[in-house]
Amino acid sequence: MSLAIKLFKNLPGFSLNVEWQADEEFVVLFGPSGAGKSTTLKLIAGLIEPDEGFVKLNGDVLYDSQRKINVPPQKRPFGYVFQDSTLFPHMTVKGNIAYGGKHIDKKSLEQRVRQMIKDFHLEGLEDKFPNEISGGQKRRVALAMALMREPKALLLDEPLTALDIQIKIEVMELLKEIKEKFLIPIILVTHDILEAFSLAEKMIIYRNGRILQMGTPAEILNNPINEDVERLLYAKDIFQELYILSGASTPKMLRQLRRT
Amino acid sequence: MMDSSLLFSIRLSFQVAAVAELVAVPVGIFVAYILAMKQFKGKDIIDTIFTLPLVLPPTVIGYYLIVLLGRNGIIGKYLYEAMGFNIMFTWYAAAVASFCVSLPLMVKTTKAAIELIDKNLIEASYTLGHSEWTTAIRVTLPLAKRGILAGAILTFARALGEFGATLMVAGNIPGKTTTVPLAIYTAMESGEYAKANILALLFTVISGGSLYLANKYGGKAVK
Repeated sequence: MSLAIKLFKNLPGFSLNVEWQADEEFVVLFGPSGAGKSTTLKLIAGLIEPDEGFVKLNGDVLYDSQRKINVPPQKRPFGYVFQDSTLFPHMTVKGNIAYGGKHIDKKSLEQRVRQMIKDFHLEGLEDKFPNEISGGQKRRVALAMALMREPKALLLDEPLTALDIQIKIEVMELLKEIKEKFLIPIILVTHDILEAFSLAEKMIIYRNGRILQMGTPAEILNNPINEDVERLLYAKDIFQELYILSGASTPKMLRQLRRT
Repeated sequence: MMDSSLLFSIRLSFQVAAVAELVAVPVGIFVAYILAMKQFKGKDIIDTIFTLPLVLPPTVIGYYLIVLLGRNGIIGKYLYEAMGFNIMFTWYAAAVASFCVSLPLMVKTTKAAIELIDKNLIEASYTLGHSEWTTAIRVTLPLAKRGILAGAILTFARALGEFGATLMVAGNIPGKTTTVPLAIYTAMESGEYAKANILALLFTVISGGSLYLANKYGGKAVK
């Protein structure tokens, strides 16, 4: 599986001009708010039409400005988790997950929903509504819903924002599991350097609608291409926090760390 | 005091309002959906046309309806030729007048409710492979439910109280087209104050109750 994009879009106040490729790996789009990261996801999913460029998934053209191809969002095989893990507030947990299972016949749908509820540790919450569950649970439901159709790539818009550190680590682990199980490109948007370093196999640094640098976290950390990148990397005292995060891959370890 | 003409008026009013409501609700939802969700040229004009009955004197609506549906009217002419039937001065005309005057309330309230929905939810439904139709039925309209309900209540109340346009297109024929608002007018004209009192009180309660309900549900829709 691989996703290749080249996108140009003029928007009020700024223009987006990016080109990159993602294989079966964790790609993190990192940059300050308003850099065009979320817009990139919307362009890939077909929710906004680019002015120029292409979106290709395993060679299938989903969008091409020159060939006038523009597959509607309904027909694009992406799993998309929106900012704040948008769930349908009028549907239960079970209902939300089932709503992700279009084209699945009724009998297997029920079975698949049950499996998802088990895989995502949502047992007992089936009949709860989104406003009755926690932030971490919401993220899990949103991921389960997005994966129901077995998408060919996963687009995650700030899926970890506003979560407590413990929950954040749990969701991160879940994301890594998903990557290994589904073997698809996972594109994750964040403005949090710690999340970026904890998850990225490839990092793409955005600013003002352009790409500043692309590479593995190690490459970028050891060799920031210019001062702009450096400034973005060191906006936080990351090393201390990074140590905590990488050393504490489970809540249990985090608790141990806190005791010391 | 509750004589048969009075009971007839009450029944007729509800019948007229119910028919107007049955048509105004689906039409209103459809128009509101288009206005809230679609971008197209002339949208502001369409919006204005559907709002106009709120500010026009009902007699102007009545005038247009006569031009359209009268025996020599633009549509009425063909209707008469085809079926030998003219709608003027029947209770159907009263229902049409009520529909026209009350539709803007349905459109406005529903449109506001749809515009309040988090657009991410609608887009999320699309990315899950659901068509616009499925999304409208399963996401957009259910989330606008309270606004739609408030709109439907207001529409019914407005249809029930319609006077001006009704008088022009349906007349005030006792036992045929005299709805309650017309009956109140007639009662006052002929000095039957007791009758006017009862009907006025009845309508104040119904309209007040409707507004209360609409506010209750509409207010929650905003949340």
